Amino acid sequence: MANSYNSPIAVEAQDLVKVFPRGNVRALDGVSLQIETGTVLGLLGPNGAGKTTAVRILSTILEPDSGSASVLGHDVVRESEKVRHIIGLAGQYATVDENLTGRENLRMIGRLSHMSRKAVAERATELLDSFRLHDAANRPLKTYSGGMRRRLDLAAALMANPPVLFLDEPTTGLDPSGRQDLWEVIEELTAEGTTVLLTTQYLEEADRLARDIVVVDHGVVIAQGTPAELKAGLGTSVVAVTLPGADEVRLALPLLAPLTDREPVIDGSIIELTVENGPAIGAEVLRSLDGAQIPVHGLALREPSLDDVFLSLTGHKTEAETEEEREGRKAARRRRAAETDGKDAA
Amino acid sequence: MTTLALPKTIEGPVERKQGSRLSWTIQDALTVTWRNLIALSRNPQTVMFSAIQPIMFVLLFVYVFGGAIHIPGVPYVDYLIPGVYVQTVTFGAVATAVGLSEDLHKGLIERFRALPMARSAVLAGRTTADLVRNVFVVILITAVGFAVGFRIGTNFGLFLCGALIVLLFSYTLSWGFATIGLSAPNAEAAQTMVFPILFPFIFASSAFVPVSDMPGWLQAFAKNQPVTQVVDACRSLMTGGPLHDTGAVWAALAWCFGLLIVLSPLAVRKYRKVA
Repeated sequence: MANSYNSPIAVEAQDLVKVFPRGNVRALDGVSLQIETGTVLGLLGPNGAGKTTAVRILSTILEPDSGSASVLGHDVVRESEKVRHIIGLAGQYATVDENLTGRENLRMIGRLSHMSRKAVAERATELLDSFRLHDAANRPLKTYSGGMRRRLDLAAALMANPPVLFLDEPTTGLDPSGRQDLWEVIEELTAEGTTVLLTTQYLEEADRLARDIVVVDHGVVIAQGTPAELKAGLGTSVVAVTLPGADEVRLALPLLAPLTDREPVIDGSIIELTVENGPAIGAEVLRSLDGAQIPVHGLALREPSLDDVFLSLTGHKTEAETEEEREGRKAARRRRAAETDGKDAA
Repeated sequence: MTTLALPKTIEGPVERKQGSRLSWTIQDALTVTWRNLIALSRNPQTVMFSAIQPIMFVLLFVYVFGGAIHIPGVPYVDYLIPGVYVQTVTFGAVATAVGLSEDLHKGLIERFRALPMARSAVLAGRTTADLVRNVFVVILITAVGFAVGFRIGTNFGLFLCGALIVLLFSYTLSWGFATIGLSAPNAEAAQTMVFPILFPFIFASSAFVPVSDMPGWLQAFAKNQPVTQVVDACRSLMTGGPLHDTGAVWAALAWCFGLLIVLSPLAVRKYRKVA
């Protein structure tokens, strides 16, 4: 795609701070990031880390308390209207109208993006066809599956063909094939020059799509770099030794610990060592265990995953929620259920 | 599996139609109005409910309570129907609160805010759609009224003026209820918050019974509150005769415009804050 914007940086945020007075939550506490034109930035973090707040500020929905941000050179506060002309937003919850058909939703978004009637009609048809929603185009959204809604939501964000896209957890709750579909679309968009900010809890997703990754937790950037750089910070490979049981683990640990300068990770009867030279250390592991007559059930070498990075950075895994988060989510679900019941009764 | 292929026909950001800010403000409001009316037409339960409710009130008051209420000089049905217009659009304004609350909590307003549309369009589109709905409500009540014996006592022109005051009043209320809808934690709560406010205004008014039959302390409120003024204005314009009251017409217009001037900026301010 011919890009009329020459600056290599498409999206820039400087020291964004946002405090929500209710509960005095510092949702963002000095977040800075840059996205190069035509690339995907993965904004990674657990629930409540501040990802959505960052997206809402960059898409002009919220104003930051301090700090500044710009999209293609336009300040998101002072020139918010210009910014709205060049961005597309697809949310975590499909923000489309349930009562309207797929085509009507796209028409509404197109008209509100101030496209001409003719352009709206053509673009809607194209997008419905290419997102495999052609057959469902004239059905109200109530009848759509979760995956179809998500595709329509993304189609709506693409109506005006914006050069910058904000995708807030676009694949949360999708099945693997739905996720694969969206990944391919995102890859195709960036190949054509679209700049994408993608928030996600899925490390695999960031690993596959993002050229750069920013990890946030509690409103602060705790790491950034390419996926490879982040993994390299952990050493080049992980040696995982499976032993028969806990006794053997206790015996083996003093032998294996000196082979790495990082703390070995014990997971049941598996010992994991993060090392620079995987194959050599693997051989060394087998030799010393053999010498001590400790039987080995398995030995595996693997690249460190972003999961490993995440664990070492935040001290908790991404998908294992804390008790508090789980409670919060349950409460939200109860609220939603209550709302739905209320509506049915009314 | 077929993969998704993006359309390639549009290169770069789409060309946007040129237009003045004012013309876009109007077009955006119309787009949102269109969307709200489609959504309404896809919800047959809501349509049924808003149609059945005034019919029930007409039947209830004409055939059940009506026999006990005597209005000197006019049949009760001619007294009642103007009251039913006002009562129905007043209760109907709850829909403005509920609709906005839903849009807000389902994230649709969030998406709107990231679009280059006029900020005013969400409120303008909602209130306009509710006004269009009320046009149908007024036509429906007129039909039901005629079926149970209601007759215009003045002339058709004055009757239409009365209907226009009903619609103006409904439009004013929509702006007030918009603020409530945007303040409520969810659509259900919006509905619950609204009824306790509405009940005294509807029932301690001249909508169904003469205010002069109420106890003195209640009369002071009932005589001077806007619902009574608007109902009396409609009676003056639609039924006339002993119910002719030019003062009520001016009072009703003053109430409508006065409330509109106060309530619409409140709604706009609330919208800017929450969304």
